[in-house]
Amino acid sequence: MEQNQKLIKNALEALHNVKDPEIDTISIVDLGMLEQIEVEGNSAVVKLLPTFMGCPALDIIRKNVETEILKAGKFEKIEVRFIYHPPWTSDRVTETGRLKLKEFGIAPPPQLISETGEWHVDCPFCGSTYTTMDNLFGPTACRSILYCKSCRNPFEAMKPVSTMM
Amino acid sequence: MTEPVNKMPIDAKVMPALTSLLYQLADDDFILAYRGSEWLGLAPHIEEDVAFSSISQDTMGHAAMFYQLLEDLGEGKVDSLAHARKAAERRNAVLLEAVNGPGHYLSAAQYDWAFAVARNYFYIQSKKIRLDSLKNSSYQPLAELALKVNMELYYHLLHWKTWFIQLMQAGGEARTRMEAAVGKVLADFEGVITLGPLAKDMADHGLIEPEEVLKQRWLLIMKPVFESINLAVSEADLAMKNGNGRIGEHTADLDAALATLSEVYNINPAASW
Repeated sequence: MEQNQKLIKNALEALHNVKDPEIDTISIVDLGMLEQIEVEGNSAVVKLLPTFMGCPALDIIRKNVETEILKAGKFEKIEVRFIYHPPWTSDRVTETGRLKLKEFGIAPPPQLISETGEWHVDCPFCGSTYTTMDNLFGPTACRSILYCKSCRNPFEAMKPVSTMM
Repeated sequence: MTEPVNKMPIDAKVMPALTSLLYQLADDDFILAYRGSEWLGLAPHIEEDVAFSSISQDTMGHAAMFYQLLEDLGEGKVDSLAHARKAAERRNAVLLEAVNGPGHYLSAAQYDWAFAVARNYFYIQSKKIRLDSLKNSSYQPLAELALKVNMELYYHLLHWKTWFIQLMQAGGEARTRMEAAVGKVLADFEGVITLGPLAKDMADHGLIEPEEVLKQRWLLIMKPVFESINLAVSEADLAMKNGNGRIGEHTADLDAALATLSEVYNINPAASW
């Protein structure tokens, strides 16, 4: 049992090296995609939650997970499973993840959505709340395009996703 | 590849209704996502190009997951379910296979944006109602999937509803064309609403609520929207003019779409993607 805990820790450390293919500052762990790591002997099963169902990056993520865990040297067989229960929600992004997103110039998902379904996004560059939404849909399924009227930078924000929607 | 979900044995009596429902859900999303993809580069403005292609990508993702549930039930591989089935085996509503307009997306496309808005808005609203019901499905893997898909629909619905109301309120040519598009969509919307010959079994097994309940819910939700834009729509306007896709009746539009979208797949069905 203790041996397994060590192995899981080893795999988890490796997973921190797997970055979102399109946002290379944030790991899939900080993005909240990791649900579970199961270990049996020298094989590991990694269960991940896709952010959006049609995300084309999933195959790349699968491959990178396999590569990184293999590189860590404790496993010979790795299986990546994408599951959708529980569903990924934007509140799964960790505190570190929220900082890393900002570093990349992407506003983290809002933590509060009002009853009317409205939410507010601060500019990731200058912190201003004086922003406008240009397009709810951005370059990837999980992002929107906004504009900061204070520092006049366009920026992206992660869409809030919640089971309340 | 997803988690194998069918560890629990499924009552053989439920299977025909369950697979029938899944084929409808999968085929509806699949063909409409394809029609959406044909708009790429042709939408009214660049922001719309981004939004519509994002929505179509999500929708194709939903289709893939519904096909995955069918694969898990032993119906065949996802890719082959999506690409290799002939028109007569498809269960999508006829409305969703209709071409976007005259011409071809590679040349001389004269696509009808009003039709795109009306078709997508009405369909997404009915899909939302269906998936809300599926969250309580007796088939657990479908209930879990519905919860996930539903969250993404929030954005799709917001998008199409905004377009619909704004164009309807714009007056002039926009209003005229939107009214024509609504007429065209309603003339086949019964085909979207219907759950086919096994609808009663689906409800009896608790897979989804009865067709009539879902239909009334759609009418109820749309009523204030129609009233706000001063558009008279009644239940009697819903028809199935061009055939019942749920029993495999389809138009030449579907044949042409399948020939195009499965062209690469058919070169080598065993190839890995």
